[in-house]
Amino acid sequence: MANPYAAETVNPEPSPDGKVKLGAPLVQVDGVTLEYKTTNHRVTATYRVSFDVHRADRFVLLGPSGCGKSTLLKAVGGYMSPIEGKITLKGKTITRPGPDRMMVFQEFDQLLPWKTVLQNVMFPLRVAKGLSKSDALAKAEAYINKVKLTKFIHSYPHTLSGGMKQRVAIARGMAMEPDVLLMDEPFAALDALTRRKMQEELLQLWEDTHFTLMFVTHSIEEAIIVGNRILVLSPHPGQVRAELNSVPVSDAVAAKNLADRISGLLFGEESRRISHG
Amino acid sequence: MADATPKSGSVTLSGKSIPPPPFRDEVELHPIDASKLGEIQQQLTFVEKIWGNEGVRKTTIVIMLLLVWQFYAMWKNDTLTVPSAVEAHRALWNDIKTGELLTYTWYSLKLLLMGYAIGVAIAGVLSIAATFTRIGRDILETLTAMFSPLPAIALVPLAMIWFGLGATSLVFVLVHSVLWPVALNMHGGFRSVSPTLRMVGANYGMNPLSYVIRILFPAAFPSVLTGLKIGWAFAWRTLIAAELVFGVASGGGGLGWYIYQAKNSLDTPTVFAGLLMVIVIGLAVENLVFRTIEVMTIRKWGMQV
Repeated sequence: MANPYAAETVNPEPSPDGKVKLGAPLVQVDGVTLEYKTTNHRVTATYRVSFDVHRADRFVLLGPSGCGKSTLLKAVGGYMSPIEGKITLKGKTITRPGPDRMMVFQEFDQLLPWKTVLQNVMFPLRVAKGLSKSDALAKAEAYINKVKLTKFIHSYPHTLSGGMKQRVAIARGMAMEPDVLLMDEPFAALDALTRRKMQEELLQLWEDTHFTLMFVTHSIEEAIIVGNRILVLSPHPGQVRAELNSVPVSDAVAAKNLADRISGLLFGEESRRISHG
Repeated sequence: MADATPKSGSVTLSGKSIPPPPFRDEVELHPIDASKLGEIQQQLTFVEKIWGNEGVRKTTIVIMLLLVWQFYAMWKNDTLTVPSAVEAHRALWNDIKTGELLTYTWYSLKLLLMGYAIGVAIAGVLSIAATFTRIGRDILETLTAMFSPLPAIALVPLAMIWFGLGATSLVFVLVHSVLWPVALNMHGGFRSVSPTLRMVGANYGMNPLSYVIRILFPAAFPSVLTGLKIGWAFAWRTLIAAELVFGVASGGGGLGWYIYQAKNSLDTPTVFAGLLMVIVIGLAVENLVFRTIEVMTIRKWGMQV
C-alpha cells in the first residue's frame, strides 16, 4: 500500500540551511482545549495544547495527575471532542473512535474475558479489519509470539498475570497495525520489576516494526525510557510546559540530567530544594 | 551494608523508651533441591474427596429429609393427611408409568417455555432500547418499578376476562412474571459493563447491533444469567399457581390441575406426587440446565468463582 508519509518522515535530513526539515506530521494536535463534566462542575482538562506526532515517534505525554494527559489521549482516540482547536490524523479531523488508533488501557479488564488470548487478538482483526479467518489467525499468532505468549495462546484472561494481560492488550493493538498505538499508563498497575521488563519489551517491539506510539505516563523515569520525544504538561488545566528529546537510558548522566530538568519544569523551585537537600 | 549500625539512640514515646532495631549479621542461604523434601503434593484421602463433593453432601441432606418424612408418616399413620415417602413415591412412579403425569407435565412445560421465550425476548428489546436511549431507559425503569411488585397471579382474573380460560391467559400471566425480573437484571448488567470494555468495543468501530451482541451481552452475561434464573423460578411458580386457580375449566390442564384433581378426590399421595414433580423439575432445570450454562460460560471465563 502506498504510504504518502513514509518518505517524508522516516528520515528527516537537514536542508542546506542547516535546519531539520520535517514532513507532514501523522497526528496533529492544534490548540486543543478539552473539558469534562462532573455532577456539579465543568472542568477544563487541557488548555490550548498543541503538538505534532511524527511517524515512528514514541511520543510521551508526561505530567502530574490533573494535567489532562489521559484526557488528551482519549481525545486522540476519538472518545471526546475538543471544545476548541482540532486533532487530525493524516490530515483528517478525528471525530470518533476507530481501529486506526488502537488503545491500550491501564486496566487489566480491557481484555474480553469470554475470549481466549488468541480470540482476543483475532477479534478486532476480524470485525474491524475484515480479515479472513486464516489471515487473522496467522497475524494474531505472529503478534502473540512477539509478546512471548505463545504458550498461553488458548488461555482465558483470568488465568493470566497482570503483566501478561497487558502484553495481550499490546499484541492486540499492534496486530491491527494501526496508524498510531495509544497507551494510557499501560504499566502503572504492574509491580516495579514487571514494569521494567515490559518497558524493555516494548522498546524491542518498536525496534522490530517502528510503529508510532503515543504513551501517557506520570513517571519521569518511564518517560525517558520509553519515549524519544517527551511532552511535559503542567497541571490544572494541562498546558504544554516543554517538548523535549529523550536521551538513551544507557547514558546514566544524561538521563539523570534530563530527569532533573523535567522535575524542575514540573515542580519548579520546590524540586530543586528537595534534590539539593 | 557498611553502615548498618544506627547512629541515633533511643526515642521516647508516651514515656516509654524505644531503642533502634538491634544490629544483626547478614545471612545468605541456598534453598535445597525440592526433590529432597519428599512429596510436596499429597493425595486427599477417599473420605475427604467424597465429602469435598458438593453433590454428595446435598444428596445426603435430601436422603436425611426423606427418612425424617418416612418415619414421621409411619409414626402418625394417617395416609389422608401425611402419606409416607414410600406411598408418595409409589403414586409418583405409577402415574409416570401410565404416562398420565408426564402428559400433564409436558403441557405445563410447553406453556412455560412459550411464556418464557416471549418474556425474555421482550425484556431483551426493552433493555437494548434502554441502553442506547435515555427515553428507553426511562420507559424501562418506570415500567419495572410499576409492574415488578405486581404478583403475576393477581393478573389471572384480568387474563380470564381478556383471553378466556385457555392457554393464552396462562401465557399472558407467564410473560408478565418473566419479563420484569429478566429486564431488570439485563438492564442492570448492561449498565455495569466497565467503561474500559465499552471503550474497547467503541475502538473497534462496530455498529450498535454488533456491539450489543458481541461486547455488551457477553460482558453482562453474569447478570443476564441471574435474570434468566430468577425469571425461570418466577414463571414456574406462577404457572403452577395459575393452573390451580383456573385449570379447572381449561381444556388440557397441567401439573397444577393434576394436583387440584387429586385433592378433589382426597388422593393425598397423588397430591404429594404432583408436588414432588414440581420440585424435581425445578431442581433439574436449576442444576442441569442453568448449572451447565454457568460452567460453560461465566465460570470458564472467570467472571464468577
